[in-house]
Amino acid sequence: MGAPAAQPTTGPAVLSEDGFARLLERLHNEGYEVLGPTVGDQAIVHGAVTEVDDLPRGWGDEQAPGHYRLVRRDDEAYFGFAVGPSSAKRTLFPARQPLWTAESRDDANFEIIETERPQRRFAFFGLRPCEVAAIAVQDRVLLHGVVPDEVYTANRSDVLLIAVECGAPAATCFCRSMGTGPGMESGADLILTELLDGDHRFLVRAGTRAGEELLEHLEHTEATEEDLAARREVLASAVARLERQLDTTDIHGLLMGNLDHPRWDAIAERCLACANCTLVCPTCFCTTVEDRTDLAGTWASRERRWDSCFSLEFTHTGPASVRNSTRSRYRQWLTHKLATWIDQFDTSGCVGCGRCITWCPVGIDLTEEVDVIRRTSEDKVAPWPMVPSPLQEG
Amino acid sequence: MTLGIGRPTVAVWKFASCDGCQLSLLSAEDELLAIAGEIEIAYFLEATREVKEGPYDISLVEGSITTPADAERIREVRSISTTLITIGACATAGGIQALRNFGDVETFRSLVYARPEYVDTLADSTAIAEHVPVDLELRGCPIETSQLVEVINAILAGRKPVTPTHSVCVECKLRGNLCVAVAHGTPCLGPVTQAGCNARCPAFDRGCYGCFGPAESPNSASLATWLEEEFEVDHPDLVRLFRSFNADAPAFRRESRRHEPEEVAT
Ligand code: SF4
Ligand code: SF4
Ligand code: SF4
Ligand code: SF4
Ligand code: SF4
Repeated sequence: MGAPAAQPTTGPAVLSEDGFARLLERLHNEGYEVLGPTVGDQAIVHGAVTEVDDLPRGWGDEQAPGHYRLVRRDDEAYFGFAVGPSSAKRTLFPARQPLWTAESRDDANFEIIETERPQRRFAFFGLRPCEVAAIAVQDRVLLHGVVPDEVYTANRSDVLLIAVECGAPAATCFCRSMGTGPGMESGADLILTELLDGDHRFLVRAGTRAGEELLEHLEHTEATEEDLAARREVLASAVARLERQLDTTDIHGLLMGNLDHPRWDAIAERCLACANCTLVCPTCFCTTVEDRTDLAGTWASRERRWDSCFSLEFTHTGPASVRNSTRSRYRQWLTHKLATWIDQFDTSGCVGCGRCITWCPVGIDLTEEVDVIRRTSEDKVAPWPMVPSPLQEG
Repeated sequence: MTLGIGRPTVAVWKFASCDGCQLSLLSAEDELLAIAGEIEIAYFLEATREVKEGPYDISLVEGSITTPADAERIREVRSISTTLITIGACATAGGIQALRNFGDVETFRSLVYARPEYVDTLADSTAIAEHVPVDLELRGCPIETSQLVEVINAILAGRKPVTPTHSVCVECKLRGNLCVAVAHGTPCLGPVTQAGCNARCPAFDRGCYGCFGPAESPNSASLATWLEEEFEVDHPDLVRLFRSFNADAPAFRRESRRHEPEEVAT
């Protein structure tokens, strides 16, 4: 990502389908590992994209609470779908992260061997606006937090973000409520809009100097008033499709003032505490460490892996788990995502991508839960003090 | 160099079971020689006829309790074992043979055996922990060899073994499986089943069969309701789903009972 000073100066451009293919080529030539949407095992997942044919051209998705299906579209759109189960988190903050190993030299001495973190260049290709927003949230937590995370920092050091605005939101998307989509103005190196009216083409805006340089090397034309109108059209129809909403008005006060709301018990009746919501969430960052040893006692390793506030061990302190009930664990998840995250990081922990709704095996929908709490909240709840964020100090 | 308990003596015991879990130890080919070097196999009839007298540092117990004699024998095993680890669905939940707990053993006995009076059996197949205190349970039908090796490793090093009790879903997401329930509409017991298999079935596009038994906080009622309403799984199939290798584990037993025809579910 470019420094704030390196702002782009060129206006919106248009890439033909051919120019679009060249963009991918260029990324490869510059030594990037290009990761983007691919058709995996009956879902659109982040994978290696070497050429445009790797993209899910002509594929769409059908999403609902606890439901995902890959469907054929009746056009040749490259990006005619919303977010799938994977996200950039899997690459930047991997599910399993080796931290170090130790080898014994003799009976009394051992040596700690730090895990090498090879320098990699990632280009995320075809990120949706909510995904770019999610990376920004993880940046705040893992890059600009009090203690920058070593693994995330290494993976994030040479990353290019190529975003594509959304023309086909899913029924589970609610980015508009969170101010992250379906269109976007900044935050990525290049922002594309796929235009399917007339000639299949892409409107491209550079969001950084790095993006601008990429664009300069590609054959493109200046965007016409017609192209810009076509983009507005794409976004207007996307907005019209965004049926799900989350009212965020005083959400911190609402949730923290309702910690004893009976709705938490009702959710606990349905919630399986299976942790899928936290693991598919592109911003959740919780981990645990696992230590291993070999039989001979000459080798040990420590690995960090994704964990979740839904697992009982996660809050095991002293003799027992602090959050023993599913009620307390669901409440932790929801209040952290939407309320206490703001205390900690000055931003919501939710970007409205809807993954937690789609991939919950019993279709629990956080927007519905918040809505019920809002509608049935005792009018006067004790105000909850905002805790100053560590980010604000110095 | 061992940090834990030196070269522990290990005994392997069999109760009502298929021997599959004991064989898991023998099939740990890569580690077997190393294991044999670090522990003393004092009693393991499946592997060797050589028997050393107890007491034993570690007893691995396979199988469930189905006869009065075994109910007595497990007490003896407990009394001569410092650490007792149960291995597999039989030992931890009564196993597939606990299907008898839902039927009438007297009828089976009179129908199946020519001389039923020779068969001395209990009405139920029960987990070891219902008879004696158990220090650690390794789930699965059969157990994962890697989990057994991990436990032996941990004991030798004097550390806590990595044997998580959360759902199979966590393993699915760690290894990057696609969720077969959400994306394929395949009924899956993973959300209520304990991890340990590294989400093997979903990795092969199959729903989880629950062979590791209930996870730490299993909400099987909610999952069953969802499967009934959204996946149109009918009651007989819900009974079958929850009534297999871990039929008598409380969370699964309650759930299969709930979907039985009413006249039976008393
Ligand atoms: S939440 Fe918004 S930005 Fe994200 S995929 Fe859906 S429509 Fe696109
Ligand atoms: S909480 Fe749910 S909707 Fe919000 S960012 Fe996480 S997965 Fe997406
Ligand atoms: S919601 Fe839970 S898993 Fe996600 S970041 Fe917060 S505490 Fe961690
Ligand atoms: S809300 Fe859904 S995905 Fe999250 S723990 Fe509960 S059942 Fe699992
Ligand atoms: S496939 Fe089964 S175990 Fe895996 S995440 Fe889905 S419900 Fe859970």
